[in-house]
Amino acid sequence: MWIYEKALEHPVKVSRPDVAFAKLVVTQYGGPDGELGASLRYLNQRYSMPTGQAKALLTDIGTEELAHMEMIAALVYKLTEGASPRDFEEAGWASQYVQHNHGLFWTDANGVPWSAKYIACLGDPIADLTEDMAAEQKARVTYEHLIELTDDPCVKDMLTFLWQREVIHFQRFGEMLNTIQEHMSKKNMWMGCEMRK
Amino acid sequence: MNCERQLCMLKKVQEMQFVAIELNLFLDTHPCDTEALNDYNCAVEMLEKYKMAYQEEFGPLFNFGFGGYSKEPWQWVECPWPWQM
Repeated sequence: MWIYEKALEHPVKVSRPDVAFAKLVVTQYGGPDGELGASLRYLNQRYSMPTGQAKALLTDIGTEELAHMEMIAALVYKLTEGASPRDFEEAGWASQYVQHNHGLFWTDANGVPWSAKYIACLGDPIADLTEDMAAEQKARVTYEHLIELTDDPCVKDMLTFLWQREVIHFQRFGEMLNTIQEHMSKKNMWMGCEMRK
Repeated sequence: MNCERQLCMLKKVQEMQFVAIELNLFLDTHPCDTEALNDYNCAVEMLEKYKMAYQEEFGPLFNFGFGGYSKEPWQWVECPWPWQM
């Protein structure tokens, strides 16, 4: 069960609409290292995690990522609010207007639609937690690139918040990886036959 | 509707909720940290107060029965939605 809260995790403000930046930041909505992929990756991997702690962490970070996806959606919405077809054309994003008007769509900065190929689930806690740590680093770097490309202090502020969250999530996944490795070695679970018991 | 007041009261909820989120994730990997657990429980108490105050004035923050009572007419459908604020 999930409950919706009618509030963003952190306020999203823009100083002025900026369609050209919306075209770039949409990659954190539906790109390979974006928030949709992040939330689905963790929420999907939690079923096969061996401990209550690991199931909890993936549930909680996966849920927080859904809130980040909503923040990015709100940002794209505000950056394109009131933009005319000509504004989209001048920003090099007329294709967005043609197919979606002011609606949102999960694509990367090149217009490539989101794909489940961006995420993995091996059902192995070491492989999956290591993938999660890499995912957090890739998202962190993408936010750094985006922060370089906007002059709007309001946009920089909310992107910096999201950047910080990637750092924290990486830290928590790293701690969980250590705990799981200890858990598995104690129970001599490194061999497949032991894991099935 | 007093938009500035709504944003101000919402900010209190968001701030305390952030404290709860951060402590929640920390506790997931440090479940025996008593100090963090006490802080988390304090945050829950404060957050509950801020949520109640906000909802009393601006309607439910949560759907499906988690946001408390609605005045007439059904308040859930009222704007602004989060991306409009």
